[in-house]
Amino acid sequence: MSFPSGESQHKLAWPFLVAALLSLIGLGDAIYLTVQDLTGQSLRCTIVSGCSEVLSSSYAHVWSVPLASVGAVAYFVVFSLAILAAFGYGFARPLLAALVAVMFLMTLWLLYLQAFVIHHFCQYCLLSAAVTVTLAILVLITSRKRRPPGFYAP
Amino acid sequence: MKRCPQCKHAYADDSLRFCPEDGSKLVTEAAPGATLRYSQESPSLEPTIASNMTPLTPGTSAQPKKKPYLPLMIIGAVLIAALVVTWILLRSPRPGTSANTPPPSSGSEPTGAEPSHIRGNANAPVTLEEFGDFQCPTCGVYYLELKKIENEFGDNLRVVFRERPLIPPHEHALLAAQAAEAAGLQGRFWEMHDKLYDDQKAWSEAKDLVPVFVDYAKQIGLDTDRFMKDLNGEAVAARIFQDGKRAHALNVNATPTFFVNGKEAKDDQWKPAGLREMIKQALREAGK
Repeated sequence: MSFPSGESQHKLAWPFLVAALLSLIGLGDAIYLTVQDLTGQSLRCTIVSGCSEVLSSSYAHVWSVPLASVGAVAYFVVFSLAILAAFGYGFARPLLAALVAVMFLMTLWLLYLQAFVIHHFCQYCLLSAAVTVTLAILVLITSRKRRPPGFYAP
Repeated sequence: MKRCPQCKHAYADDSLRFCPEDGSKLVTEAAPGATLRYSQESPSLEPTIASNMTPLTPGTSAQPKKKPYLPLMIIGAVLIAALVVTWILLRSPRPGTSANTPPPSSGSEPTGAEPSHIRGNANAPVTLEEFGDFQCPTCGVYYLELKKIENEFGDNLRVVFRERPLIPPHEHALLAAQAAEAAGLQGRFWEMHDKLYDDQKAWSEAKDLVPVFVDYAKQIGLDTDRFMKDLNGEAVAARIFQDGKRAHALNVNATPTFFVNGKEAKDDQWKPAGLREMIKQALREAGK
């Protein structure tokens, strides 16, 4: 396994560290929504605007599995890949980019459903969307970064 | 020695198969003992062979000390933390909906609108008090289940309905509550209650609600002129306000919320199975 040298490694690692921290926010959000679903609380209507309509809709489950739990798994994988990428594991970068791209497309679809099909927005879903969009921006930034030539020259 | 055919970076670690930069497959570049460097004189990115240079081997100053287990330890720690948090949230009472603990029903709270809307035996040993919102989809589904529960327990159960319109998110919930209460002033509360839940989807999406509700009033045999007058009248507003005061005192922020003989159905007790169990328990306590 190859590691870049100290200062430059830090320059390269920061977007991945930020991505890791963001994915933790997404993970916490998704865990909360999963627990709400498992305990049946998401089915009830609450003064928290729109969440019950969104979370009790047919789009909140994939074959009886709460979509939030799928999100929790996705955020955990993003966290793992971001940490590996920050530590210089090169294979993690394309995998992270691919996963974030899929999550970004999924986010667009879910935002469309909330706006035009369910006609309600849930702020926990919007938080997750904000996290995913920021992750996508970070991945774009890292894909444009290139290590300077001669980086490994002694 | 390996080199990335895309970004041209050279790597001393022969065990590396893919470029950490762009994921390209690395190619073996030179004989063992030789190392690659980029020419300092030439702007070209092409590396030159420098067999007399010190090979880049693990542990030299060119590479920091490897910590291959550190990222795995971080990932493992986060996984364990996530599982522990999930477990704690699943075990904690009513996660999320009430960070502020609901006070137990002490009997000293506001009574709500009087007389209450009661269905079933007025002297039943068990009282099931529901706080409902006519635009809440779950209440709409649950009301059918509640009818089954009423039939199952017969004279042992009386159901009390309290208004708890959630605004937001339900923009029409208040007017629907007003329609039900206006019908109640003519003794037809439960008929309007059932009508509103039966047709919930239709009126929830209507732009002009009043004609829809007037039509419902006609269907259940109300005096529509009086209904129209009462709809925005003080008596109706006062009843909704009184129920709201009780809901506030009991910290009811979600619908449907149930109390069985004053005891709140918490966690997943509000679901049909839990509610049935609570009613049975209340009956046992009442010696029935």
